[in-house]
Amino acid sequence: MKAIWLRLALQSAVFALAFTAIGHAGEKAKRPVSSQILEAKFNYCQTCHGVSGQGFRGYFTMPRLAGQQPQYIENQLRAFSELRRVNPVMRNVSHGLTPAMIAPLAAHFKSLNPAPYGGAPNESTALGKAIFDTGLPDANVPACSACHGPDGKGQGQIPRLSGQLYWYTVKALGGWDKERGQGSVKDISAIMSPTAHNLTQSQVSAIAAYVSNLR
Amino acid sequence: MNASRARTWIMNYVSSKIVALAISFLAAGPLLAEEGLPVKNCTFCHGTSAQGYSTAPRLAGQRSQYIEKELGGFAEHLRDNPLSKKYMWNAVANLAPSTAHDLAAYFSAQPPQAANDGNRDLVAAGKNIYELGIPDANVAACVVCHAPNAEGIRDLPRLGGMSYAYVKGRLEQWNEGFHSTAAPMPMVARSLSAPEIDALASYLSFIE
Repeated sequence: MKAIWLRLALQSAVFALAFTAIGHAGEKAKRPVSSQILEAKFNYCQTCHGVSGQGFRGYFTMPRLAGQQPQYIENQLRAFSELRRVNPVMRNVSHGLTPAMIAPLAAHFKSLNPAPYGGAPNESTALGKAIFDTGLPDANVPACSACHGPDGKGQGQIPRLSGQLYWYTVKALGGWDKERGQGSVKDISAIMSPTAHNLTQSQVSAIAAYVSNLR
Repeated sequence: MNASRARTWIMNYVSSKIVALAISFLAAGPLLAEEGLPVKNCTFCHGTSAQGYSTAPRLAGQRSQYIEKELGGFAEHLRDNPLSKKYMWNAVANLAPSTAHDLAAYFSAQPPQAANDGNRDLVAAGKNIYELGIPDANVAACVVCHAPNAEGIRDLPRLGGMSYAYVKGRLEQWNEGFHSTAAPMPMVARSLSAPEIDALASYLSFIE
């Protein structure tokens, strides 16, 4: 119990520091959100995405947010809200966030680095690594590393894949157009559509297993 | 329900039936499934058909992995709710893990009946919380872990048809700090108000 309280106290202290710092850093147009409100929002995200943002496999698989690219998180939250990405639960979550909350939340998740969630089926990582590193030229599948980085950490609006939950990646690649690219406005998610379509189920599984173990 | 969800549902339904059949086949019939298994030690409080009785929750139709997990939680004194401590700690004191596993499988295969003891007027509000949460109050949507028909998955419990009084009590007790190791439930419970708990527990009690 004492350890839990100490951790909470430490976490609150870190929060107070981090959020006031970010809040004051050049955001002239927006008033900084109170650290109390941000902490409550962060706890809300934690409920599903895990205490350190490592993700959780419930009935649905809630993806890892730890270490995720802030621009990607911000774009996805906006996409949920604008129905470019269809997910009723996340749309509701997104509506409860003001723009001023998003940047500090995303920055906080970026700073977290828990171990990968794990649990992917025990298949050989050779195929997944091969596709990740060099793609499948004959199938018009580019190397994932070309955009997502050799370490899978992503950049800008391109998401981090390292440590992403296996079942989440499988669902995303296996049904790219079911959730993304909806609505009348084409967004950056369209770039993944052909690649996702060109992958077979077993290739998807191999890639998902491989990236799920990357730190 | 869209096609892939329907497929998933059908697969879960079929595989759960296969498991139930396999258990009864291996035990050579329902009568022999009870032989050697101290089922009566449980049904004494949880009801002869394991539908629950008073404060003892329904075990019939509960996920076997969840039952097993909770039995372990009682044994390790992690689940320290007042009635858990009073009754379940002793109940599992001499329970071997393999017996716990078999009991869990047995009860999981029993047909559940919904408690239907909630407040019908609150069902719509409860359903809304269950499926969408309450973002402004930082309440997560239960559905993401507990599944669309509150049937749960793997070791996450089935909530559908559980008694209103039982679910209400659990949420209140997490709010009070009991069973603090059951993340994220303590956090969820802390964000729920009393009327919201009422609505949720009512909604769940009617689900078949």
